[in-house]
Amino acid sequence: MARNGGVAWMRTTEKIDGYDLSTSDTEEVHVLAVDDSLVDRKVIERLLRISSCKVTAVDSGRRALQYLGLDEEIQKKETNGFDPFFYCDFQGLKVDLIITDYCMPGMTGYELLKKVKESSAFREIPVVIMSSENVIARIDRCLEEGAEDFIVKPVKLSDVKRIIDYTTTELREGELREGARAKRRGINKRKQREGDDDLSSSPPSTLSSSTSSSPSSSIQSATAPSSPSTLDSPTRRLKMTSSE
Amino acid sequence: MLGLAADRLRADMNRLLSFLFHQGILDEQFLQLQQLQDETSPNFVSEVVNIYFHESEKLLRNLRSLLMDREFSDYNKMGIHLNQFMGSSSSIGAKRIRNVCLAFRAASDQNNRAGCLSALEVLEHEYCFLKNKLHELFQIQQQRVLAAGVRYPMQH
Repeated sequence: MARNGGVAWMRTTEKIDGYDLSTSDTEEVHVLAVDDSLVDRKVIERLLRISSCKVTAVDSGRRALQYLGLDEEIQKKETNGFDPFFYCDFQGLKVDLIITDYCMPGMTGYELLKKVKESSAFREIPVVIMSSENVIARIDRCLEEGAEDFIVKPVKLSDVKRIIDYTTTELREGELREGARAKRRGINKRKQREGDDDLSSSPPSTLSSSTSSSPSSSIQSATAPSSPSTLDSPTRRLKMTSSE
Repeated sequence: MLGLAADRLRADMNRLLSFLFHQGILDEQFLQLQQLQDETSPNFVSEVVNIYFHESEKLLRNLRSLLMDREFSDYNKMGIHLNQFMGSSSSIGAKRIRNVCLAFRAASDQNNRAGCLSALEVLEHEYCFLKNKLHELFQIQQQRVLAAGVRYPMQH
């Protein structure tokens, strides 16, 4: 497991000379699934694998935080001089998506969502909540806290496919932005070295403004709608909020 | 002769599934599970269902021992077991069991112990019935696999 420690630390380093050192270099989305029910874990694992994802399934919010490296106990130990590499056993590949049950003993899915969104390292990871209870107040609370989506159980393949589709799209757009930034850095370096006037036609400021207004952030910024309508799934409301 | 056996088994399986859906014992979530089974995961449904059986029996035992306790008062604790049972039943498509759980929960919300006890009895009965039927289903499916093997020995 020690090699995972090396991998986990690598993901926080910058790209060197444009060479991508991140571990999720492959096409596959890596999903961290959190559910205290073994039956539900088996099902969600299978749904995700069939949707071509890598899956890590854990049985509690606490273990999810440990996997991410966000566990407070571990952090406390780090500040007391403990070797963080020792605890890297818990950490694994870069997580692209978290899907969690709402009702769990100990830490609820909502509390896990808050902890993820409060962390500077992981707040960008989309979090999807699953719940057997179709309670509007609960759904709204999760969306307001930054949940990407809310699925009513039992989870179906169509639910998972939809989520993986837009997660993949978001990731690709992210990679394109990264690629554009890396290119820009490359162009600037060449400008400094050669003092080439031809390259001044594509100044960095234009590129950065176009990428910051990317439409992919619109999913996150959807606010809770005021009136529930008769839809198949509460998550459809997300798509409709732009009109309200 | 062997071809006849395979056809008969398939007919048996379809008849049993039809019955279970018609009677509202299973719902489309069970079909969803079947769709997740393929060559890469050929025993997926029976694996999940066996986990469900194992967990359910524990939960049912817990519910019974809680309710049989003369000094029972912890409806919250009972609610936790009940919600777990309801959740996993819904995840495998055990529609009728899930509906009985709803009635059980309603009685629990009203602290109606007698109502809870009678709901538990129905639950135990429904669970037994479902378990028998699903075992029957898995047996037929196993026989189908064997029959196919005998018919096409080269494919192994």
